[in-house]
Amino acid sequence: MFSVLTDNWPLFRDGFWLTIRLFLVSGVLSLVFGTALGAFRVSPVPALRGFGTGYVNILRNTPLTLVFAFLFFGAAKMDLALPNPFWTAVGALTIYTSAFICEVVRSGVNTIAPGQAEAARAVGMSFVQVLTIVVLPQAFRAIIPPLMSVLIALLKNTTIAAGFSVVEAGSIPAAMSERGENQLVTLFWITIGFLILIVPLIFLQRWAERRTAVA
Amino acid sequence: MSDSDTLTKTGLVALTGVNKHFGELHVLKDINLSIDQGEVVVVIGPSGSGKSTLCRAINRLETIDSGNILLDGQPLPSEGKALAKLRADVGMVFQSFNLFAHKTILQNVTLGPLKVRKTDPKQAEQRAMELLERVGVANQASKYPAQLSGGQQQRVAIARALAMDPKVILFDEPTSALDPEMIQEVLEVMIDLAKQGMTMVVVTHEMGFARTAANRVVFMADGEIVEEATPETFFTNPTSRRAQDFLGKILKH
Ligand SMILES: Nc1ncnc2c1ncn2[C@@H]1O[C@H](COP(=O)(O)OP(=O)(O)O)[C@@H](O)[C@H]1O
Ligand SMILES: [Mg+2]
Repeated sequence: MFSVLTDNWPLFRDGFWLTIRLFLVSGVLSLVFGTALGAFRVSPVPALRGFGTGYVNILRNTPLTLVFAFLFFGAAKMDLALPNPFWTAVGALTIYTSAFICEVVRSGVNTIAPGQAEAARAVGMSFVQVLTIVVLPQAFRAIIPPLMSVLIALLKNTTIAAGFSVVEAGSIPAAMSERGENQLVTLFWITIGFLILIVPLIFLQRWAERRTAVA
Repeated sequence: MSDSDTLTKTGLVALTGVNKHFGELHVLKDINLSIDQGEVVVVIGPSGSGKSTLCRAINRLETIDSGNILLDGQPLPSEGKALAKLRADVGMVFQSFNLFAHKTILQNVTLGPLKVRKTDPKQAEQRAMELLERVGVANQASKYPAQLSGGQQQRVAIARALAMDPKVILFDEPTSALDPEMIQEVLEVMIDLAKQGMTMVVVTHEMGFARTAANRVVFMADGEIVEEATPETFFTNPTSRRAQDFLGKILKH
């Protein structure tokens, strides 16, 4: 059991390290773009709302593999010089995950009584101020649990990059099978690896929930 | 009545020919209303007659379909920074208080000055404490809205509006959501404001307030201004049939 892991340690280490990087970079970018898209969807400008709605409806109903395929092969077809596979994978994961974060933000905003935003507008705050000072801080509490589900899904979704020559953890089984190692044990260790990565997310969620507990 | 005719030209807030629809529903029908500097106007009328919509149109929380609304001689800006500036100059007090739930009482009052007026934090806080003192809730400054009674929350909401140094304050049924024993404490604060010369538009059915503090009562029904008179005249001698019916109903309670 252990020898499967220890004998191939560099393979596991490098694979998971790339997974972590994919996850962190795509996670941060998705939070930024997803929140902006969420703001679009609740904005007073119809064109922005329309864009947000269209984006979400298309991306949520497209298989992630297809988004990857579009970026990797579509771009190649169109002779677009894309950066290396890592950044292309980050792009695909971000484009896809932003749609889900957008929805989490939007439904979180909808949990806040309309009178809160109205009072903020009546005081003279701009749309962005209303959102960032009054609405989002209150919505945050409702946002955390579904946001964590989206982030955990993102972590698992990083394994799709393996199919596009990104050597993250999802590519370990293929490499191990070439080396003639036991597939079942390999998968066991990969599962353990992902569980270990999820633990900090759970603690992050606990911490955030405690911090936003209402007075 | 002839008084209000001369006000039409000079009013701090002036509505002329204002119309507003919600879909098929004609909620404001050719509204003409002028409110002078320092004047207190009580708007009264059955539920659904358009009183809230009228208030919300004055600080452009609702858009209008036609007509003009002037504040201090200037037309209401339609968007952006100018609109935010207008809203900062027009205070609003809501039926359901709408204090910022995640901010302390003090922060509720300082937030507008800090974020919109960019007031110096020390100054904003000092002024906020003065205002909280004035409405009688200074000792609650570090609490959160949910920890206060309805009457206290509404007084904080008035302090929040005052903190912006508004030209006019709109009150939309400020005591309708309050338990009876708390109504008076809020009305007293409002009567005080009126005495100090604040320009106020107050949607309320509190006749006591209207008689004590209002210069004029405007009676609305079905989106129209049906009658305008001094409180005394309106309550003792309403001329329109609809006002007579309405007063008959509320007086029975
Ligand atoms: N946002 C809205 N959308 C559609 N109809 C509305 C909206 N707000 C108010 N109304 C309708 O407009 C009419 C006037 O409402 P309102 O101004 O709230 O009356 P009041 O404050 O006098 O009770 C009512 O019939 C109400 O149902
Ligand atoms: Mg109303």
